Amino acid sequence: MLTGLTLTQARAGLTTRKFSARELAQAHLDAIARLNTALNAYITVLPEADVLASADAADARYAAGTAGIMDGLPIGVKDLFCTKGVRTTAASKMLADFVPPYESTVTANLLGAGAVFLGKTNLDEFAMGSANMSSAFGPTTNPWKRKGDEATALVPGGSSGGSSAAVAAGMALAATGTDTGGSIRQPAAYCGIVGLKPTYGRCSRWGTIAFASSLDQAGPMTRSVADAGLMLEAMAGFDAKDSTSSNRAVPQFHKAVGKSVKGLRVGIPAEYRAPGLSADVVAMWEQGIAWLKAAGCEVVDVSLPHTRYGLTTYYIIAPAECSSNLARYDGIRFGLRKDAPSLDGVYEATRAAGFGQEVRNRILMGTYVLSAGYYDAYYLKAQKVRTLIRRDFEQAFENVDVLLTPTAPSAAFAQGENMDDPVQMYLNDIFTVPASMAGVPALSVPVGLNEVGLPLGLQVIGKHFDEETVLSVGGALEAAAGFTHTPSIHAGAGA
Amino acid sequence: MSLDLATTRRIAKLARIGLEEHELEATRQKLNGILGWIDQLAEVDVTGVPPMVGTETETLRQREDKVTDGNSRDALLACAPETSGPFYTVPKVVE
Amino acid sequence: MSYTIEGRTGTWEIVVGLEVHAQVISHSKLFSGASTTFGGDPNTQVSLVDAAFPGMLPVLNHECVAQAVRTGVGLNAQINLFSRFDRKNYFYADLPQGYQISQFEHPIVGKGVISIELQNGDVREIGITRLHLEQDAGKLLHDQDPTKSFVDLNRSGVALMEIVSEPDIREPEEAGAYLRKLRQILRYLGTCDGNMEEGSMRADVNVSVRKAGEPFRTRCEIKNVNSIRFVMQAIEVEAARQVEIWENGGEVDQETRLFDPGRGATRTMRAKEDAHDYRYFPDPDLLPLVLEQAWVDDLAAHLPELPDARRARFQAEYGIAFYDAGVLVAEQAVAEYYEAVARGRDGKLAATWVMGDLFAALNRTGNSIETSPVSAAALGKMLDLIADKTINGKIAKEVFEDMVETGESPDAIVEKKGLRQVTDTGAIDAAIAAVLEKHPDKLAEYRSGKDKLFGFFVGQVMKETKGKANPAMVNDALKAHLDV
Repeated sequence: MLTGLTLTQARAGLTTRKFSARELAQAHLDAIARLNTALNAYITVLPEADVLASADAADARYAAGTAGIMDGLPIGVKDLFCTKGVRTTAASKMLADFVPPYESTVTANLLGAGAVFLGKTNLDEFAMGSANMSSAFGPTTNPWKRKGDEATALVPGGSSGGSSAAVAAGMALAATGTDTGGSIRQPAAYCGIVGLKPTYGRCSRWGTIAFASSLDQAGPMTRSVADAGLMLEAMAGFDAKDSTSSNRAVPQFHKAVGKSVKGLRVGIPAEYRAPGLSADVVAMWEQGIAWLKAAGCEVVDVSLPHTRYGLTTYYIIAPAECSSNLARYDGIRFGLRKDAPSLDGVYEATRAAGFGQEVRNRILMGTYVLSAGYYDAYYLKAQKVRTLIRRDFEQAFENVDVLLTPTAPSAAFAQGENMDDPVQMYLNDIFTVPASMAGVPALSVPVGLNEVGLPLGLQVIGKHFDEETVLSVGGALEAAAGFTHTPSIHAGAGA
Repeated sequence: MSLDLATTRRIAKLARIGLEEHELEATRQKLNGILGWIDQLAEVDVTGVPPMVGTETETLRQREDKVTDGNSRDALLACAPETSGPFYTVPKVVE
Repeated sequence: MSYTIEGRTGTWEIVVGLEVHAQVISHSKLFSGASTTFGGDPNTQVSLVDAAFPGMLPVLNHECVAQAVRTGVGLNAQINLFSRFDRKNYFYADLPQGYQISQFEHPIVGKGVISIELQNGDVREIGITRLHLEQDAGKLLHDQDPTKSFVDLNRSGVALMEIVSEPDIREPEEAGAYLRKLRQILRYLGTCDGNMEEGSMRADVNVSVRKAGEPFRTRCEIKNVNSIRFVMQAIEVEAARQVEIWENGGEVDQETRLFDPGRGATRTMRAKEDAHDYRYFPDPDLLPLVLEQAWVDDLAAHLPELPDARRARFQAEYGIAFYDAGVLVAEQAVAEYYEAVARGRDGKLAATWVMGDLFAALNRTGNSIETSPVSAAALGKMLDLIADKTINGKIAKEVFEDMVETGESPDAIVEKKGLRQVTDTGAIDAAIAAVLEKHPDKLAEYRSGKDKLFGFFVGQVMKETKGKANPAMVNDALKAHLDV
């Protein structure tokens, strides 16, 4: 099955001309045609002729021996990355017809490495959400079903839910995601794939629609840990157009996978044993610890005392930044405009019509925590607590090489659940947010299924710019877990 | 801290999001719920702790003073919902 | 001494602080690579960053940082090695991002001071509170359409320095002197062209009034006043308005006002209850700006000579008066012109010619110092002709006028017109003899004791020699002839 390959396998097949990039692309276009109505993983599918033309160009490069590291590999692009000439919506009515005249640095890097784009994947509006329920283009459905309950549609996680569903269902070999508080890792865990949030600064943010600038980071969503390393190599790199982009050299990340983890010190943060953690998740975590011990890691208990404030801190800082970042959607220079007799009227009508409920609420919350009289109590306080969270990680990393935690407190939940109480929804990000706050790299690896047959992920968190160790440990977990399950809805299933 | 309706109206105005009167109350309740949860931050002692801005792994880079951009009016204006000649347009503003 | 307003309830003094927005001289914008050139076609000098497209990010222009530091040094101010950019959030049609990137909590330049001089010769020091870098907004055109305002983003993102003074100003004249001095310093430094008509320098004026010894009362901010004259007028009328309110038992509201030069009055632009809540916070797209002291020192070491220093040096080197030196350094180009004329010559004489005949000629012919029909070298050459007695001072005026008219060199004019000074004693003696012969009566009067007639004889001899005789030699020779 061409749609069931890893990037690494597909690249080997293309290199040996076992199949062509055109065949590979066509197989994915077919899968999308069959499955997207049910899953709604793509907001925009590129015209077949364009996709095949890209694939043909890749084939030509293989023939010429000039193929790049992603050459001919068909992938999905989260619809938050601006793509030149291709509608980019951020899953918002605000940008429903926005066609950027520019290409984001990350997608330009991927195109430069030869990747073939299939389309733009669904997400929570402006990447704000944990369930993909807030997309103006309708929710994405998780291709996984609870055992014996095929009727209940589950969420794919969010915000990169379209990407995770597409990769899990065989509608792309891999996809880009962005992660602000867990938006790569949590959907990866919910859909049984690998998701890597690199160190803040590793991937350029230029041309990626901003949610919270101090947290946003692009990363790969793939079927294997090695794939995540390979794809990150293509995505990452210094960009003079992003003042927060790191000018460190980009290592050959994929080579870190398979490296021995013997003697590495793995920290288990006590505070992650949070109340409300489901028993299956706890069991899987224990299993992961046992696997790493068996691989020769030394497991030590560590403490991240301020972790429990991570989520509340996040829900001050991210909305604050978003309230400012989204001020540019004003109906004047691009995007939706609702007419009104006055300038303020245009602003108010446009922004009320263009933004969905969740986005509005976050903008309002962010406006509130920055406003006169509340700044010190909320925003400034949160920034200080953020310092403490970062220090927690730095102190832990004086002692250990990586941390191992669950990615999410539970498996995927049903569409419609957790919708009434935003705090309940936010709690899905409780394990992913702290690494975002500290800016350190973190990887989610699928390690098993719970008793109703849904995938669970474990998270490996590493030091700043030490994705390699994270990938090595992730690779060890992957090897031990041998996760080969496929979801109910899948390009290879009962076609 | 608890959010009243007047404050909700004020921040909606500040954020230029036109909410209907009935939406204001629903919004107030929703935000209040989140604020109640956020208030747990009050218990953290941050005496002497500096605020973290960005992730602070790099220092600010600067670029050379060169003209490298511009002259793309048509491409930019093509994205705008309303233009007149070489201009963006808005309802008349009185200063 | 100071400016006061006599009210019914007593004497009021005014308290003024100025916030000047000075456009930084740079090729490209503060955070984008678009051009800053004035007068481009609408929306042609706009990058995706300036139009705030989704996903666009700011990257700081190094030269703008250097210009701010140079200005800070020129204002005798503290340079902050750590500064930061903040977002000032508000919605307006000329502000594409929905926020202005500015420096709120940590400006690049801290406290400084400049000294100003008033008409009566008094010198005062005005404190500088701070200087920070920020983005300019775009431009709105209101007269193109009956129902729409048009938006041109060419200026959007151009670097500005906001220079804030302490509330040290106590009279309208001081405000004018402060602005002139600030503009002079910026122009000397080459950090802002100071052109208020093109808007590259604009002032917000904070005005309050109080009775002697009182703490500050409520102030009003008059926004965007675009000439020095209007600033002075705005202060006068605003102060008078406030005194009127207080004396009628009212309260001055803290508000933003506009000055209407046509009506000669200020009016409310934005009341306090509509005041913006700018929600400043550190821009997460930009990291803190950290400068090296060595780099700052290097910039400081390479600054051009500033007006105060140049004035002092002119006094010392060329022996000219404080006032004259002030006039000559007011504009950099004039100072350079003067120095080219004065160097190696009689500095006082050079000052007299530059401030007298040259300025008059420029005025008359509608020229500036840059387009002067008489170059500094030519004027210097003419002073040389006076010094070596080729011409006398009176003939020099004639030569100079010819230079203004024809642009010819002074030597050529002297030759052409035969204006060379007569120093031949024989010729002078002959002229004296002719004069004495024509005026025997005057000679008799003189000899009978009417000494005052000496001047008459000098004049007649000069006339006889068509002004070309060396006056000192005429004096000596006349004495010899008359006092026999």
